Amino acid sequence: MLNSYSIRKFKNKAAYVLCLCCVVIAVVPLASILFEVIARGASQLSIQFLTSNGLEGGIGPAIQGTLILIGLTSLIGVPIGILSGVYLAEFGDNKYASTMRTINDILTEFPSIVVGITAFSIIVIGVTGSFSPLAGAIALSFMMIPIVARTTEEALKLVLNSIREASLALGAHQWKTILRVVLPAARQGLVTGTLLAVARIAGETAPILLTILGNSYFFQGFNQPMDALPLRIFLNSRQPSPEVQAQAWGAALVLILIVLALNIVVRIATKGRFKR
Amino acid sequence: MKIKITGDKIFRFSAGIIVASAAVILIASVYILTTGSTEVLQRFGLDFFMGTNWNPVEGRESFGVLPYLLGTLVTSGIALLIGVPLSLGIAIFLAEMAPKAIRVPVSYLIELLAAVPSVIFGLWGLFVLRFWVLNYIEIPVNANLGWIPIFSGTPFGLDIFTAGIILAIMIIPTVASVSREVISAVPNSIREGAYSIGATKWEVIRHWVLSYGRSGILGAIILGLGRAIGETMAVTMVIGNAVGPNAMPTSLFQPGQTLPSLIANGFLEAPTPLEKSAYIGAGLVLLLLSLLINILAHILVTRVLKVKGGAVE
Amino acid sequence: MDTTEKMKTENLNAWFGPKQALKEITLSIKANVVTAIIGPSGCGKSTFIRTLNRMHELVPEARISGQVLLDGQNIYADEVDPVQIRRRVGMVFQKPNPFPTMSIYDNVAAGLKLAGAKKGQALDEIVQKSLQQATLWDEVKDDLRKPGTSISGGQQQRLCIARALAVNPEVILMDEPCSALDPIATAKIETLIRQLAENYTVVIVTHNMQQAARVSDFTAFFYLGKLIEYGETNALFENPKSELTEKYITGKFG
Repeated sequence: MLNSYSIRKFKNKAAYVLCLCCVVIAVVPLASILFEVIARGASQLSIQFLTSNGLEGGIGPAIQGTLILIGLTSLIGVPIGILSGVYLAEFGDNKYASTMRTINDILTEFPSIVVGITAFSIIVIGVTGSFSPLAGAIALSFMMIPIVARTTEEALKLVLNSIREASLALGAHQWKTILRVVLPAARQGLVTGTLLAVARIAGETAPILLTILGNSYFFQGFNQPMDALPLRIFLNSRQPSPEVQAQAWGAALVLILIVLALNIVVRIATKGRFKR
Repeated sequence: MKIKITGDKIFRFSAGIIVASAAVILIASVYILTTGSTEVLQRFGLDFFMGTNWNPVEGRESFGVLPYLLGTLVTSGIALLIGVPLSLGIAIFLAEMAPKAIRVPVSYLIELLAAVPSVIFGLWGLFVLRFWVLNYIEIPVNANLGWIPIFSGTPFGLDIFTAGIILAIMIIPTVASVSREVISAVPNSIREGAYSIGATKWEVIRHWVLSYGRSGILGAIILGLGRAIGETMAVTMVIGNAVGPNAMPTSLFQPGQTLPSLIANGFLEAPTPLEKSAYIGAGLVLLLLSLLINILAHILVTRVLKVKGGAVE
Repeated sequence: MDTTEKMKTENLNAWFGPKQALKEITLSIKANVVTAIIGPSGCGKSTFIRTLNRMHELVPEARISGQVLLDGQNIYADEVDPVQIRRRVGMVFQKPNPFPTMSIYDNVAAGLKLAGAKKGQALDEIVQKSLQQATLWDEVKDDLRKPGTSISGGQQQRLCIARALAVNPEVILMDEPCSALDPIATAKIETLIRQLAENYTVVIVTHNMQQAARVSDFTAFFYLGKLIEYGETNALFENPKSELTEKYITGKFG
């Protein structure tokens, strides 16, 4: 009896140690990734590297392309995502809305390469007739819309009902209440949700691989191939030359800085959310 | 009968149309992939699913996705085998064991792991992880257990096994955070009842918490499986990219190919409409697999998180 | 009434973070009688019984100072394992909390299985005896494989009592065990509590003074985290020494 109890006590301790080990094992790759990206990427960084075009060994076009993609995608994805979220939060208690919510959730987990094929077939083949920033942005907006819709819905649900009722009681229409009272009240949640979505799409590669193709030159027009950071990392990593591979690490450092900066802004903005 | 049109109705109606954009994207994708793959499906029929060749040479064309379908399942299987125990350990640690001072920074680190772009995982896999796996796992295992078919071949580091490991790391944030939510949703009264009859903390977790949350945790695992199956770039960069019968995952230590990596590698270079159609067909198989898995995960997770506090039966 | 002492608290203080819930409680709990803890809500009575089997410390940031003696041994001493204490001091909670993933049988057998009991006749007998002691056997003997949550609230609470009895504790703590039950189920539990006192030391928290008067031998009155008065139940209700106690039992506050 006593013996069996010491076994139980040992199991209890062992489980704690094992779970702690799991955490450590998961943190090792993260630490290694950050270390390698900084160590190998930092030596690449220079004004010349950041601003010159691909033929001169720079990633200027990739940085420019990523910024253009972020801008264009947000232009398409944010309004649609927020309006979808508004519908789900404010008119969401019917069967139609719950079906749409489910489809939205499923789209969040869509394989990104399939999104690439869809955008390629519709935009590259059907509309622009060429690889283009537009096709890339549309592909990325397919990924952004469901994320923004979901975070918007969550943010709006946190807005107190009394605020809605106060506005309605003053005689405001529901749509004016939503646009002028509810959305502003939830703006912090909307901003963080959008930033997280931007961070996510900024690093996506598969959808743009099939839609913008890559380019050594700076922006050539909305119907011409364009470069982007994640794509540049992928393409350079496959080149045999160590110099070109090193440029991939430099691009990775820039990309991870953009993504981390967005995440840190979100973290600061939502401080306290994770304290239970 | 006259219906009065008001601003509220217009607003509600237009938001109701916009919210359908997700459905439109989904249907458009299914439509594009179905029509795009008609050519290859008509030509090869069932052979497209069961064949192992990938031969675009005119006159001898033959396309089959079986090796890539199996490659997808094997790499995802490795990811689950390694990633799920780690994720559950993390979820248990964060939800039940860690003091607050540790819990907050650790959750932040796990979220950070989720924020790393897939292409950077791939870059790290290609230039760093590859050599760890090759030198510390593959070469010793191959030297001692090489007679077992799945460990045979000449280890190279860019293969199915490395792809599985990198997927395992990538699904950790998803599986860990959803499982943690599921565990946190287990009512405290169950824990108290178990403690009151003299259970140790680990016994409370194992026999009560995990058992109460089992279907939600299963949902978390399936969600992780969905992530692993659809993951493209990191896998493309480390799996070695074999094509045709060579891509059959017979040994873990041989180059392979998954459905997404096949498309990422070859889609743009496909010279003939028939081959392009074959890539789109591979996309269709991937899409159906992913839809099936995600719908299942969705049902399991939402059902569990909705009955928060209530009894299961 | 003269009985031996089973448990004793000495200068017991308890906190939740910065908030002090118990202040300098020194109280003796006698063996094989029912001791009731009464007082208005927020007076610390639930916290008090949760310190008696070290359940209090499961709440994050909860801590105590002082001593709790069980047969003269301080249960908060460094070498004492809370898991062992909880086997000796069982507990029944405010809301019935049978384990939802387990059958009626497994609910009762769970504690024994943890200690290594194997399936078989011996285990069956203990389960039957515990359910009989909890006066539930006749109602569930044909449904032992059904989930523990499939029976009525009153039955669930008696199942929880059987679950506590199965590990053969010395003391049973009850935290407002009838507050979620209807009057008929309450009456059954009260009768059961009286029976249990023949073999066990029972401590019951209640906000219902009539219940305290009906089931207990001794009563302690708590107010704002302090022990105001303690004595034989009859004496305390008929002849309270403290003005606060009198006000409370005559319904002037609380």
